[in-house]
Amino acid sequence: MSVMTVPSSRADPRRIFKALASQEALLAIAVIGLAIAVGLYNPRFLAARNLSDVLLGNAYIAVAAIGMSMVIISGNIDISVGALIGVLATLSGTLAVKGVPIIVTWLAPLVAGILIMGLQGVVIAYLRIPAIVVTLGMLSILKGGLISVTGGKWITDLPDSFHLADLELLGSVPMPVFLMIAATILAAWWMHDSAPGRAIYAVGGNAEAARLCGISQPRTVVMVFALHGLFAGVAALLYATQLRVIQSTVPPNLELTVITASVVGGVSILGGVGTVIGSTLAAILIAEIASALVFIDLSPYWIRAVQGMLILATVIADILRRRRMTGA
Amino acid sequence: MSEIPLPPIARRAAPWWLLRHETMLAAILLVALVVLGSLNDRFLTLDNLLNQGRLTTEVGLIALPMTFIIITGGIDLSVGSIVGLCAILLGYSWKSFGFPLPLAIGFSLLVGAAAGFLNGLVITRVKVPPLIMTIATLALYRGLAEGISQARSVRGYPQWFYVIGQENLFGIPAQLWLLLIAIVIAGIALDRTTFGRTLYAIGNNEIAARFSGLPVDRTKLIIYTLSGLMAGLSAVVLVSRVTTTRSDMGSGYELDVIAAVVLGGTSIFGGVGSIWGTVVGLAMIQLLKDGLALTGVKGDATIVVIGTVLILSTLVASSLQRRRDGV
Repeated sequence: MSVMTVPSSRADPRRIFKALASQEALLAIAVIGLAIAVGLYNPRFLAARNLSDVLLGNAYIAVAAIGMSMVIISGNIDISVGALIGVLATLSGTLAVKGVPIIVTWLAPLVAGILIMGLQGVVIAYLRIPAIVVTLGMLSILKGGLISVTGGKWITDLPDSFHLADLELLGSVPMPVFLMIAATILAAWWMHDSAPGRAIYAVGGNAEAARLCGISQPRTVVMVFALHGLFAGVAALLYATQLRVIQSTVPPNLELTVITASVVGGVSILGGVGTVIGSTLAAILIAEIASALVFIDLSPYWIRAVQGMLILATVIADILRRRRMTGA
Repeated sequence: MSEIPLPPIARRAAPWWLLRHETMLAAILLVALVVLGSLNDRFLTLDNLLNQGRLTTEVGLIALPMTFIIITGGIDLSVGSIVGLCAILLGYSWKSFGFPLPLAIGFSLLVGAAAGFLNGLVITRVKVPPLIMTIATLALYRGLAEGISQARSVRGYPQWFYVIGQENLFGIPAQLWLLLIAIVIAGIALDRTTFGRTLYAIGNNEIAARFSGLPVDRTKLIIYTLSGLMAGLSAVVLVSRVTTTRSDMGSGYELDVIAAVVLGGTSIFGGVGSIWGTVVGLAMIQLLKDGLALTGVKGDATIVVIGTVLILSTLVASSLQRRRDGV
């Protein structure tokens, strides 16, 4: 009897079903399924040019969603990330125009991102102010500050060597795609296999149990926010270098797109669960939907409504699934 | 033995702290008025102050139900998007469905209430945390507004409609009457009714409130619906004031509303707060905006100040509360 209950081989059907039903697998199926469905309706959607444009233009959202996933898994939220990306992109571009060495223009947004997000982490973790209040306040400080300093001017005449997003690696992999994949794999591995990475799940899953295990909750939260700032810096760099100009304003509602990618990617809004592989796949799916709307002759103005429906459906499904699991 | 002494500290502490917070706020408000008044002689005129009242109505109408929601320990981030959705539907149903304007106004109020009801329904039935639910509908309602409007604006309303947003009634801006009536009703409801006391009970200890037989879910459903309805009303006033509808209307309102409520002494952790505090908070935010504008600070820089005020007032309130709790 007891032998029978142990899954004996990898071919156990229940196991295969479980793997297929995981959020990551569902998302991968959705990404491919949507591409085929839209491709049947309008074959031009499947043109290599279009698919690579979708990936290139949205890699920065996937990168930002990695940090956001960590924040949400730790049981927090951040709605300032869109404004931060706008500020960091402007910072990087402004330095580049001033003739600062290119390497500095690439590193500055990373450092500034770590500092600004780390500071928010300190206020949230040590002064115990809810993340929503701190990040809502910071959102308006960054957004208002940026516009009143720059006046929303376009930054032009960027040096050619500034455009990190134009570089290609290992033959022909474009930099944004490379960074997106590398960051996702590194972060997934780090969160799954390292002690600090596991601490994020522990703090988000059960803060009291984590404390009893000797994990410092405030320190973990500060670390998570600092890392989130780092990813926001990388995202800002990709965003700043993908076009020939930078508009020195905050991209509207970017934080919502990033949060949507994290939540739809399977990061549970109750904390403690989720992977960044899911959030990257979700970022790709959202970008694919936005592009698909055009190819099936729907107005792109519907994209935010679709995002809202997606996030709502995922959140409700997540809660219902958890409730069934705990049998409540 | 037979008599259990009531804890004296707990009985005295809450009114003491409330009194302190509101006196403090009123004092700061007074100082701000004097300073801004001395910096600019256009500031302390009746015309200017009434005009500021006009401008604060749209945010004020939403801040009242938001006070209720934050007292229960919840939050509603979708209010700005509901304003946008209702504004668009007001214009769209009038222009494209051919509704008579009063019906279109009723329709957009109904949509606002329905949007809030959906928030409340999922929050109470599915138990999605209010923060996440209203972030989701922040995206959804704004998305619907964008999708329905297709970035087109609707103008050319009949002249009588502009009375709400632009004319005076008995020497006072018309929409300010709406706000004043709403303030009185909300204040009485919060202070003097079982409904109001239930809000505090939920915010202090939701489980205890449930076990005491209080209608927790129904009360929450009511306040989120009310929040949507007032956002709808705010949209009507806004459209009447600015004479056009656009899908980005009301975006960022959640910042002003939450800042006013929190500045007014309502605890973001729930259980503490008052309508009068919110009114003072509203006045402070609007006068701050106006004072900065008059001294030459541009509109974009004022949101920097409001964001800072939001964080700092929460910091002060929570450290005061911690001292009160003796932690």
